[in-house]
Amino acid sequence: MSSISRDDVARLAQLARIDLAETELDRLAGQLTAIVDAVAQVSQVATRDVQATSHPLPLTNVFRADVVHPPLGQQAALAAAPAAEDGRFRVPQIMGEEP
Amino acid sequence: MSGLIGRTAVELAQALANREVSSREATQAHLDRIAAVDGSVHAFLHVDAEGALAAADAVDARRAAGEQLPTLAGVPVAVKDVLVTQGLPTTAGSRILQGWVPPYDATVVRKLRAAGLPILGKTNMDEFAMGSSTEHSAYGPTHNPWDLDRIPGGSGGGSAAALASYQAPLSIGSDTGGSIRQPAAVTGTVGVKPTYGGVSRYGVIALASSLDQVGPCARTVLDTALLHEVIGGHDPADSTSLAEPMPDIVGAARLGATGDLTGVRIGVVRELSGEGYQDGVRTRFEESLDLLRASGAEIVEVSCPNFPYALAAYYLILPSEASSNLARFDAMRYGLRVDDGAGTVERVMGATRAVGFGDEVKRRIILGTYALSAGYYDAYYGSAQKVRTLIQRDFDAAFTQVDVLVSPTAPTTAFRLGEKLDDPLAMYLNDVATIPANLAGVPGMSLPAGLAEDGLPVGFQILAPARADDRLYLVGAALETALESRWGGPLLSRVPNLTEVAR
Repeated sequence: MSSISRDDVARLAQLARIDLAETELDRLAGQLTAIVDAVAQVSQVATRDVQATSHPLPLTNVFRADVVHPPLGQQAALAAAPAAEDGRFRVPQIMGEEP
Repeated sequence: MSGLIGRTAVELAQALANREVSSREATQAHLDRIAAVDGSVHAFLHVDAEGALAAADAVDARRAAGEQLPTLAGVPVAVKDVLVTQGLPTTAGSRILQGWVPPYDATVVRKLRAAGLPILGKTNMDEFAMGSSTEHSAYGPTHNPWDLDRIPGGSGGGSAAALASYQAPLSIGSDTGGSIRQPAAVTGTVGVKPTYGGVSRYGVIALASSLDQVGPCARTVLDTALLHEVIGGHDPADSTSLAEPMPDIVGAARLGATGDLTGVRIGVVRELSGEGYQDGVRTRFEESLDLLRASGAEIVEVSCPNFPYALAAYYLILPSEASSNLARFDAMRYGLRVDDGAGTVERVMGATRAVGFGDEVKRRIILGTYALSAGYYDAYYGSAQKVRTLIQRDFDAAFTQVDVLVSPTAPTTAFRLGEKLDDPLAMYLNDVATIPANLAGVPGMSLPAGLAEDGLPVGFQILAPARADDRLYLVGAALETALESRWGGPLLSRVPNLTEVAR
């Protein structure tokens, strides 16, 4: 069965934006390999003729009447922000410096 | 249990309506109990004495003014910390949300407040509802009132333990793969996962959006039905909310309590029994079947051949959806931010999520990221979605033969804290019987079936077709009546006395 290497975990962690410690990489590689081995059994019954289901009950799109509702106020929206300035979220630098 | 905290919600509601008891007295009695025993149970992450008493006083004033109030007005309730509460800290058991105070109420919370239920506080849970033991809470585990060294189930262990330790007569849970039903089973309480879309999820911190469902928890089937009625119904703010009216669940619970199930067909799921199920669990389950048969029900065995693949499909679908849902914890708008001042947004996110998320959450996010990544999508996520179709077909076929399906809720009684922490796969097996319902969106209930040979509670699970939640209550109430007449009282009358700390 498929095996998830330490490097795979490092790459996935980067995609998921989680910095992992060296010890975590090793531990997760072992655990994830075992879990993926176990869950891979889905392919035994998931044959071509079976349709995929994404949702438990059929859904239709929902619209609301085009009426103005008072939104969450600026103060309330910013109250829990890690940093705010001039009524806006203050965030770290977006782009890194070019090497 | 004697006194106000020993009463069911129905009894409390009656006493409140008759003005024998005030909501302040009922609420204060529960706050006192929390202060006395929650040091050893740890069902609550946050207790809101002031807010609960203010809500109680408001109900008392309205009642004194002669106003007609909803049935449960004045009966206190505990709310799982996955539902946002305006002005009350909400963490979902995660460090990344430590100290967060939401700016709005979840629809379910708004409905509780509108119906006059004082909110005692927020209950402990596995972080972002990922787990079956509450050991994955960033704030420490909850202890099972039947044996404080054992798990109370999860993720909603706090909501279930609060009921079993008489800290609240009612509580709210959420169930993505069994997080209401499995804690109910291992604590000797009642819990219902409604039909998908039956209760609004607006303001519920999302784990896996195609599986999550909020539901009621209580000590009796009728109390559960009354709470279900308060929180259920259509919500325009939730696009997955069912538009049609709810069935008469309270009527069904009252009818079931008469004990007559003549003409009801009950199917025992062959694949949810046998190997892997503890002897005492099987014995109590079989005894319950005998009682149902004696109540007039017809019991047949039904096969759901794809159920053995449900667990695997679930542990692909859930991490996939969770990895996407938890991307919102980006350290920018609310919650924790770890910033040494030098990094870009990407660096800050990585550092924040490293510190803010616990092991199980990291494990599932990475697993979900893997299952959704190019090259693996068809083999894993795509196949899991096909299994979902097969599970739904199994349910459809089964419900042409029977009115409800039944099984043990969990394969074993409560295990010891720490016992399965290092073995995620063993932990996942707890949900083997509850997961199929989430994959198909059908409703399910767990109610106490007695104590196993180890003296710990066993849960009996009932599953019904989508939108037929009333059948859970009909059959559940009938079984509860039969079991309690055999026991000579509720199972929880046998829960050990907790040492009350002097205040």
